[in-house]
Amino acid sequence: MPVFYGTEVASPLMLGTAGYPSPRILADAFRASGAGIATVSLRREAGGGQDFLRLVEGLGVRLLPNTAGCHTAREAVTTAHMARELLGTDWIKLEVIGHADLLAPDVFQLVEAARALSGDGFKVFPYCTEDLSVCDRLLDAGCEVLMPWGAPIGSGLGLNNLHGLRALRAAHPDVPMVIDAGIGLPSHAAAAMEMGFDAVLLNTAVARAGDPVAMAGAMAQAIRAGAAARAADPMEPREMAVPSTPVLGKAFLS
Amino acid sequence: MKLTINGEPREVAVNDEAATVADALDALGLGDARVATALNGAFVPAPSRADAALSPGDAMEIVAPMQGG
Repeated sequence: MPVFYGTEVASPLMLGTAGYPSPRILADAFRASGAGIATVSLRREAGGGQDFLRLVEGLGVRLLPNTAGCHTAREAVTTAHMARELLGTDWIKLEVIGHADLLAPDVFQLVEAARALSGDGFKVFPYCTEDLSVCDRLLDAGCEVLMPWGAPIGSGLGLNNLHGLRALRAAHPDVPMVIDAGIGLPSHAAAAMEMGFDAVLLNTAVARAGDPVAMAGAMAQAIRAGAAARAADPMEPREMAVPSTPVLGKAFLS
Repeated sequence: MKLTINGEPREVAVNDEAATVADALDALGLGDARVATALNGAFVPAPSRADAALSPGDAMEIVAPMQGG
């Protein structure tokens, strides 16, 4: 199981808490997923926050607050401090958004916020691109986990840049890495695990499925299969056919 | 005191002379709620709320954990 900042979590599946048809379906989806970590946001208290807190604290999983919607390092740092106080955790999923349509990370502000938060004792989980130099800077800034996107948040497009993700995985084999965002199908999640990523963080693919609870179970199975395949050392693909049935001993029939 | 609470202008029933973030939370019925606060964009940790003085026109943010991905 993945180890983040010295803490082993119960599952390589990390699940978001947004967009479910009802609180009951959210809770059932978490049970079906076996997720070890739930992400939450911080939003203005308008009456529902206390009930939601009871709901997520009753899931029996570790909570990972995010800084979703922050567009500057300053906003993200302030949000992280509020989250740490509220939830009693120094873990923070650091999002600094640079582009409204793609919800792409602003990698410059991200590195700045990661450095400030690491200095303040936070354990930072940065939502980042797969760019190697950005990831190197995040590691220099004190991050011990990287969370490259597969595709834009909520897009369900899967793993957009296989080459870039492979290169990142190979460059830092010992850094725990989570594919965060873009997963739409169990096959995407399985592919991420087959490539050697340590975990997958997803939300919309489950919450917006016609049957979120069934999809949560399907994701759990795919992630288990992907991780098992990685551990089993998959064969190398090749360009030409190689007969799997032995040629020797074939009857001469023409 | 006229304050901006979570982006909305509000008249909050606190003492104009000596009000604090803690007083405003009490007046809003959130004295016991699990929330985090910021005053004019800066985080106010819970132990500092009783010392964080308010002035008319201040902007206070009161947040709680919510749905997120």
